[in-house]
Amino acid sequence: MTVKNEQEAEKSEEWEPKIIAFLCNWCSYAGADLAGVSRIQYPPNIRIVRVPCSGRVNPYFIVKSLTDGWDGVVVSGCHPGDCHYLTGNLVARRRFAILKELLEFFGIEPGRVNFMWASAAEGERFAVLIRKATKIVKELGPNKKFEKKW
Amino acid sequence: MGIEIKNQEIENQMRELARNLLNEKKVDVIIGYAKGTVPLSSAPIMITNEEDIDKLIWNNLCYINLAKYLVPRIPQLIDPEGNNLKVGIVSKGCVGRALIHLAVEKQINLDDIKIIGIPCNGIINRKKVEKEIDEKEILEVSASGNDIVVKGKDFEQKFPFDEYINELCKVCKVKSPPTDASISEACVGECQEISNLEDDFADLAEFEAKSSKEKWDYIKDLLKTCTRCYACREACPMCYCNLCFVDQNKPIWFGKTTELSDIIVFHLIRAMHLAGRCVACGACSSVCPMGIDLNLITRKLEKMVKERFDFTSGIDSETLPPMMSFNMDDEQEFMLEED
Ligand code: SF4
Ligand code: SF4
Ligand code: FES
Repeated sequence: MTVKNEQEAEKSEEWEPKIIAFLCNWCSYAGADLAGVSRIQYPPNIRIVRVPCSGRVNPYFIVKSLTDGWDGVVVSGCHPGDCHYLTGNLVARRRFAILKELLEFFGIEPGRVNFMWASAAEGERFAVLIRKATKIVKELGPNKKFEKKW
Repeated sequence: MGIEIKNQEIENQMRELARNLLNEKKVDVIIGYAKGTVPLSSAPIMITNEEDIDKLIWNNLCYINLAKYLVPRIPQLIDPEGNNLKVGIVSKGCVGRALIHLAVEKQINLDDIKIIGIPCNGIINRKKVEKEIDEKEILEVSASGNDIVVKGKDFEQKFPFDEYINELCKVCKVKSPPTDASISEACVGECQEISNLEDDFADLAEFEAKSSKEKWDYIKDLLKTCTRCYACREACPMCYCNLCFVDQNKPIWFGKTTELSDIIVFHLIRAMHLAGRCVACGACSSVCPMGIDLNLITRKLEKMVKERFDFTSGIDSETLPPMMSFNMDDEQEFMLEED
């Protein structure tokens, strides 16, 4: 194959985003598991990191993921009121609200960072939301704003 | 009344109050402003002797937030006997706000503090003035009538005061320190009770109407000269963390370079840390050696917590700040939902 052909081949091959997903141990991780055992398809773009609670997700994790080159970040926890630690997700929710608004304010696509609730019984919902998040990030294209030049 | 006359009045009153506090042994030390070493600046001063009271000044260059000197990032004001020193602190509105907020965060104890309230009339935007005179050397700055008069070797220029104060001062609604029943003990001088602070944030409308790309370009342009000297952090009364995230190296949360992505992360996370805590004093912008004006971010922080959580930092000593609390019924319009 000539170089030109190679480039063309690359272009036609659809670009797929890489998304890192922080899932709380008690709900969303189990939800993802349920989606798996129930054979519900969801995009293979996400790489899962299991965290004890959505309240464990420090904004540093999210921002560092973006600077490390992930195209998108997903954080998912138990529904409000259902957190295993009672209020971890309520504290987290305030943090996420501020982070998301600040990203928008800085002109960084807020769609790169998505927050969701999914319980251990909601395998279907988990798959739907991951599909949605993947679609959003895919439409935004590769994460270039945080690219390092040196 | 000209600004210089008003400033003189404020200065006299403030010295009087400070002198009384020291004489009556109500405080051990007065923290205030003194003349700066170069024109267009001021310096902090700690006074324990009555003779030094006349070194205290008040003018429109007192940009430092003195509350910074009470928080533990710098060794605390504790005397060898193990008693907390009693401190009198010269407070414009935003210093008062910082003190209240620090008390809410349990960093200081207002029982040990006397707030010497003064009605601030705005701080000069040093960078704007400097730019206007092409950064020529300034020998003298004074106020006269409604103008700032800047004198150099072979020039003298006047600037209308209202236009050349910090953007934050232009929209400031808390000119003198806030007070309420539970902290009125600590207040001497001019303080005000504020029940409900209304703000329409009209100054942000223009920026917020921009498209995502325009915002990014603007922010990029604004911050690109940042050298990450952290002067803004050092000047900030709320940045009292013993180990700031920028100094952490296990793990390293973001690179140590002055490449754009690292600069953006620094300012983004710092903003995050100041949500619901920033008291909009503008000290960060005043001390930035690169002349970066952070007021846009400051205002956004204020707007976010006001609109989302109906909170304004440093106004009352009872309400828990939003990032220290939570509510089952918080808005969650940003969460991903099924269609
Ligand atoms: S920037 Fe953040 S971590 Fe650093 S001192 Fe300020 S609040 Fe603390
Ligand atoms: S003071 Fe200015 S140059 Fe220094 S870190 Fe802050 S914004 Fe950057
Ligand atoms: S345990 Fe799931 S969000 Fe707290």
